[in-house]
Amino acid sequence: MKLHKILMAASMLFATSAALATPATDELFARYKSEGATGFDAARGGQNWSKETRGEDGQMMSCASCHGKDLSKEGHHHKTNKVIQPMAPSANKERFTDVKKIEKWFKRNCNDVLARECTAQEKGDFLKYLLSK
Amino acid sequence: MRTNYKAALLAVALLMSSGSALAEENFWLWLVNFSRQKEVKPVDNKTYKDECGSCHFAYQPGLLPGKSWAKLLDEKALADHFGEDASLDKETLKDIYDYTMANAAEKSFYKRSRKIAKATEDGDAPLRITEVRYIKRKHHEIPEKMVKGNKDVKSPAFCNACHTKAEEGIFDEDTVDIPNFPNRDHD
Repeated sequence: MKLHKILMAASMLFATSAALATPATDELFARYKSEGATGFDAARGGQNWSKETRGEDGQMMSCASCHGKDLSKEGHHHKTNKVIQPMAPSANKERFTDVKKIEKWFKRNCNDVLARECTAQEKGDFLKYLLSK
Repeated sequence: MRTNYKAALLAVALLMSSGSALAEENFWLWLVNFSRQKEVKPVDNKTYKDECGSCHFAYQPGLLPGKSWAKLLDEKALADHFGEDASLDKETLKDIYDYTMANAAEKSFYKRSRKIAKATEDGDAPLRITEVRYIKRKHHEIPEKMVKGNKDVKSPAFCNACHTKAEEGIFDEDTVDIPNFPNRDHD
């Protein structure tokens, strides 16, 4: 009985995690692994997501500065105020379906917030975190 | 017959003089072009709209001269685009670059673009639309509290904060609605 429950829980976990990916993110996870990343972690991604660094204009910045705290809602560009569609795939079906687009924005936004590009590990962690939203 | 000849001469003279306000090399093109219009040509390129418009108002190419677009849309320049990384892959950048070159202010037959072309003919290429003399002059009388001091506007660079038809390339005063200043003429 106990084993049965564990199996059920495990299969449910598997089912949810299987739903939390797209062909694009599968491709990227594989790519990041080939670049040396190991074991992606949503919690670590979440911590990095809200970690603040000082931007070049002296203001504190994190991913949340533009994407907002609730990822199922729209964000706003910190300078132009332009609306940014929700990051959570549960609220925005188009998220994380295009490898080129994901990589383009990682490059730009890591440079803007961290003043450097993100590592394969960091990108994978971010994706895991965002896919869980 | 003689009067006809005179009338024709007069018509040509009139056309020539009205055309003299335009760059000469474009005069004949301008004359035969049927899309001479007021305002600014709306953006009609999907790549441009998607890429540039994802972070800010997609400024119509006719708002700046080609020499400005050439400076802005350079691979290195885009990596630090007013303090932000706006890098594009080569292919996308070429699409956007070519589109702005073909539709830059001096290539346009729209009235406001012609004025912008004229205002930027001499001197350094402005990198910001707010540095264009013609545009500066048009906004000259608007008090700071309505723009910089206005939390829903913040900068004159955000055209569509007040110009309700900016996306259609229409900047006419009648289409202006300044947030928090509904009766701006009386403030």
